[in-house]
Amino acid sequence: MTAEIGTISLILAWVLSTLQSISVFFAYVKRHGSSERGFHWWSFLNLTSLPVTFSQFLLLSVSFACLVHAFITHDFSLSYVAQNSNSNLPFWSRVSAVWGGHEGSLLLWVWVLTLWAFMVAILGRSLPKTTLTLVLAVLGLVTSGFLSFLLFTSNPFEHIYPYFPIDGNDLNPLLQDFGLIIHPPMLYMGYVGFSVAFAFAITGLIQGRLDVVWARWTLPWTIVAWAFLGCGIALGSWWAYYELGWGGWWFWDPVENASFMPWLSGTALIHSLAVCEKRSAFKVWTLFLAILTFSLSLLGTFLVRSGVLTSVHAFASDPTRGLFILCLLAMSVGGSLLLFANRAHLINNVGKFKWLSRESFLFANNLILTFALFVVLLATLYPLLATALDLGLISVGPPFFNLFFVPTSFFLLALLVMGMSLRWKSNPAMQAVRQWGLRCLIGFSIAMLWIQLSGFGYNWRVILGLGLALSVVVAMFDDVIDKTKHAKNRWDGIRRLKPSYWSMQTCHLGFAVSVIGITWTGLFSTEKDVLLGVGETWQTQGYEFQFNGTQALDGPNYNSVQGRFEVRSPDGALITLLPEKRHYPVRGDVMTEAAIHPGFSRDLYVSLGEEVSPQKWSVRIYIKPFIRWIWAGALIMAIGAAIAISDSRFHFKKIAS
Amino acid sequence: MMEEQKKSNKIILLAPFLLFLAMLGVFWYSMGKGGGSSVELPSARLGKPVPAFELTSLLDSETRVTAEDLKGPLLLNVWASWCPGCYTEHGFLMVLQKRGIPIVGLNYKDERQDALAFIEKFKNPYQQIIFDVDGSLGFDLGVYGAPETYFVDSKGTIKHRHVGIMSEALWEAEHGAIWRGLSE
Repeated sequence: MTAEIGTISLILAWVLSTLQSISVFFAYVKRHGSSERGFHWWSFLNLTSLPVTFSQFLLLSVSFACLVHAFITHDFSLSYVAQNSNSNLPFWSRVSAVWGGHEGSLLLWVWVLTLWAFMVAILGRSLPKTTLTLVLAVLGLVTSGFLSFLLFTSNPFEHIYPYFPIDGNDLNPLLQDFGLIIHPPMLYMGYVGFSVAFAFAITGLIQGRLDVVWARWTLPWTIVAWAFLGCGIALGSWWAYYELGWGGWWFWDPVENASFMPWLSGTALIHSLAVCEKRSAFKVWTLFLAILTFSLSLLGTFLVRSGVLTSVHAFASDPTRGLFILCLLAMSVGGSLLLFANRAHLINNVGKFKWLSRESFLFANNLILTFALFVVLLATLYPLLATALDLGLISVGPPFFNLFFVPTSFFLLALLVMGMSLRWKSNPAMQAVRQWGLRCLIGFSIAMLWIQLSGFGYNWRVILGLGLALSVVVAMFDDVIDKTKHAKNRWDGIRRLKPSYWSMQTCHLGFAVSVIGITWTGLFSTEKDVLLGVGETWQTQGYEFQFNGTQALDGPNYNSVQGRFEVRSPDGALITLLPEKRHYPVRGDVMTEAAIHPGFSRDLYVSLGEEVSPQKWSVRIYIKPFIRWIWAGALIMAIGAAIAISDSRFHFKKIAS
Repeated sequence: MMEEQKKSNKIILLAPFLLFLAMLGVFWYSMGKGGGSSVELPSARLGKPVPAFELTSLLDSETRVTAEDLKGPLLLNVWASWCPGCYTEHGFLMVLQKRGIPIVGLNYKDERQDALAFIEKFKNPYQQIIFDVDGSLGFDLGVYGAPETYFVDSKGTIKHRHVGIMSEALWEAEHGAIWRGLSE
């Protein structure tokens, strides 16, 4: 019965969203033809657009709850439940199994979309009525498209009749993990959140006007979506680190790239929106970025779901699904880019600036980010291009990406050291260069000291990476000092700085922290595969790893072999590490659970390989310096985003008045 | 002058759309080529004989099976009881069997008990099942995952490979013709 309620809610929501978007766009066009006729019809639409949006959210919530209920109560008559769950699965894994497969994750996607629309409807009541109605209609159109995809090709409520299985196939063990419970929802909040900026951009194009209010409205939504996406990506990376047993944290896998591309363009969008808001410049470019960012989210969904790219994340795919989502992509992205081509000239760009100004540096930031984005896009799609042009099946590997991204981020950092203090419009050159040189001097000195103390040794990459990242941190302090020098006293000056300023500083700090983590981990990780017999030890960098044998363990839906390692660290502390090898009998999968001892300055990481001969195991031992800093940086950026939305200039009531 | 500038602006504004069209073309092409799910992963083994192996039969652990037994034309179907897709595919394999198409099963990285239970419960579409418990033959074949189907001709050469679930629609669309080509 719940399954039927779920399907019916989906159908109702689909009908509502389709009617909403069609009637609004039709009425808007008509209204412009003749202003008097159809006016009542338009005010009717203004009146109903809020309740219609609320109902879509409510219906999707009901439908989602139905699917959760089916998983909790083990309704194996649903083929989706039977394929992704099992009666032995623990409660929380059962809940997260709801989005463990294609159908459920798509339902989550649409639910999140209606949630964002709901939030816009609630917070946007002070917007001009026509604008709000149009924005909600654009969101309704996207909802309608994805609901038709869900209903026609991947309904999670489909029954297996007449013989349904007594028990399910179990959830992929890789996905039975806390990190994975929250990773997809976070990612989707980000992906889908960019739909708000997209809807505002489309509305701006339809109305043919774009003002400061537009940017001020779009910016907070974009920042929130960007922060969610960043957290989602970081969670995925963290999960891959401890769950996949490879000790890596980023693989340049197509699916990872699919989430990284909207993040890059979202980052560019935030910066160009800032210019839009403060200086009314870059308007057309900002519009383009808003469309691009959401298009990349859609493209990511397409790449993951259509199976055109093979990856470690490979999901079961289906030709009709791939075709359907390709059409969806063609219509939404193609349609909005065509609209852009036809209407963007109506938007006038104003605001002149000199080459040395905050605008020019933000423009450089945008150029670099967009360029990086297109490199990732091309490299991700390269296997497809190569096949289409008959160059054989080739993929572009991590070495290429690393080669490209190291100098790119150095370049961004170097610009940031100067750019964050530049004035709008124009800035005296000498003062900027002197300031930049001083900051870099201090930053690089600290970096040299740090490298000296760490004992890892020098090379140009670690010097540049640490030096530039620390110069950014120095620049932040310097900038705060500079901004408060005219205040009555320092403390008073600091308190007068706006949340949006602190938010910018915090996000940049997060970026610097991540770069520091990546530099250390990337250059000075120890990764060793060793063969250890029971009682034997292995030493490196002052750490002594002793293998004390294995024992058998039983889990709820798996059985496992657990190894026992005693590690003596250089300062004499004794650490016990218990890596496991788990076997999930229902699906026959074997999973490696690495044992990790986390630390501020390094992670110790042991994973169990195979029992090569009796009592002799192949063991993988890693020492990863400062790896936590990578994710800490992402967390700091999220905190920065939270500070941003507390800025009073984003309070929605105020914007409208 | 102004008009000219407007014109060139319009072309720039149209550029993203044109680029996107080109990208769509590539997607369209690669999906048509792969048929979406039926990713035709080129196998290193394509056009080469089935690799030498010596394994036992699932149904009778005394019976030895070698590459000599794989002289077709036949279908070599990789399956396992842990593979959800194999449950879906099973029905169509029964249909193929009824049509008189010989299928050899390669039971891939499975437990013998589970595999036997699967066959007992759903009936057996295979004329022979190779029990490849540690996936050694699968590795040599370059198996990507289950289910997978290899088309083997009368000389024991692998002529074609399909990754993913075989279905009536896919069979009608392309694989049936390949099969008829093999058996002629």
